[in-house]
Amino acid sequence: MAGKPKLYYFDGRGKMESIRWLLAAAGVEFEEEFLETREQYEKLLQGGSLLFQQVPMVEIDGMKMVQTRAILSYIAAKYNLYGKDLMERALIDMYVGGTDDLMGFILIFPFLSAEDKEKQRAVIVQKATSRYFPAYEKVLKDHGQDFLVGNSFSWADVHLLEAILVVEEKKSDVLLGFPQLQAFKARISSIPTIKKFLEPGSQRKPVPDDKYVETVRRVLHMYYDMKAN
Amino acid sequence: MSGKPRLTYCNGRGRMEPVRWLLAAAGVEFEEIFLETREQYEKLIKDGVLMFQQVPLVEIDGMKMVQTRAILSYIAGKYHLYGKDLKERALIDMYVEGITDLMQMILMFPFSPPEAKEKNLDSIKERATNRYFPVFEKVLKQHGQDFLVGNKFSWADVQLIEAILAVEEKIPAVLSGFPQLQAFKIRMSNMPTIKKFLQPGSPRKPPPDECYRETVLKIFGK
Repeated sequence: MAGKPKLYYFDGRGKMESIRWLLAAAGVEFEEEFLETREQYEKLLQGGSLLFQQVPMVEIDGMKMVQTRAILSYIAAKYNLYGKDLMERALIDMYVGGTDDLMGFILIFPFLSAEDKEKQRAVIVQKATSRYFPAYEKVLKDHGQDFLVGNSFSWADVHLLEAILVVEEKKSDVLLGFPQLQAFKARISSIPTIKKFLEPGSQRKPVPDDKYVETVRRVLHMYYDMKAN
Repeated sequence: MSGKPRLTYCNGRGRMEPVRWLLAAAGVEFEEIFLETREQYEKLIKDGVLMFQQVPLVEIDGMKMVQTRAILSYIAGKYHLYGKDLKERALIDMYVEGITDLMQMILMFPFSPPEAKEKNLDSIKERATNRYFPVFEKVLKQHGQDFLVGNKFSWADVQLIEAILAVEEKIPAVLSGFPQLQAFKIRMSNMPTIKKFLQPGSPRKPPPDECYRETVLKIFGK
């Protein structure tokens, strides 16, 4: 029990998945409590554990942290994945902002109707291949280094790999035409902590299914009527 | 070409307004380029200055920064408005992110269809009074200090005063029931750099109007 971060969320990806990725990449073991019932959620609310009544919530270093971006920034800084100075941090923040926007299109995907899913799939692929992937392809091409920022493994690399893999789940050949990203994907995937996270039995969650969607709706009483972007 | 930061955006609040607030609060002068036509926007894209083809764009310290949060974090870090250590930064980030969620509702408001406006206004009021304002009321009450984090002026205070004023524009009596926030509002408004920003003639932009909305739609073709 002592000292491990504890994650409170549904048993599925959602907004918590990027946090799982980052902790895993940093080699940090963590515990999870999965929300399955409305009662569990209400108990957290009544206990005052959720600052803005929302999950993700992560208990870490005596804090009950909420707001995904705040949690990720804290973990990145604590485990030296946030660059060496203000300027490198600025680059990492910019890059993560982009991959966050891209993954935002995928976040709502499971909640869409079958028809809207097809529309959204096209949007995801279009945004990935015309806006986001070209930007990161250029960064890697321009400096020729293994990592996005400062020739050193950082949060930006973890987040980009996560984004690449989830977009590939929607279109498996999406990296065609992005040779730098293909090499990047292979390189980062073979970093020991990441390799371990990508193996079966890790805390990485599978592609969200109908059961996940039902659980979220049941617990939060929300997201019943989502539309494609 | 001075060393001043240069902001590129539409001539209105939108996503750039928190950046204007933070620079002003830090006492930093800045220049602005206003997008008025689609052609200007397309030229920026063609010139490769917008990493993700989007504004806000802030040219600062030799960087062409995009992504509002990244820009704000950099400014906060540079001008010592980001707490004294990792834990204070974590609190500031949490508070800022929560306030940003509230501000997002206000950001999108001008672009919602007329028939949805009343419902959206109700949502803003509900979220402000039931979710966000109570949190900051409690924070201030519990530590009894002038500022949200670490007994020192920070980005979180700037973001909160901006949000309070923006919500009040839509719901004038929204702070009734929040005495701590009322006192906070007065305190922040009297800080010299913020007082200056709140005066006419400052770079602060007015509430979005029909002209702003049309300009945005014309340029970005949403």
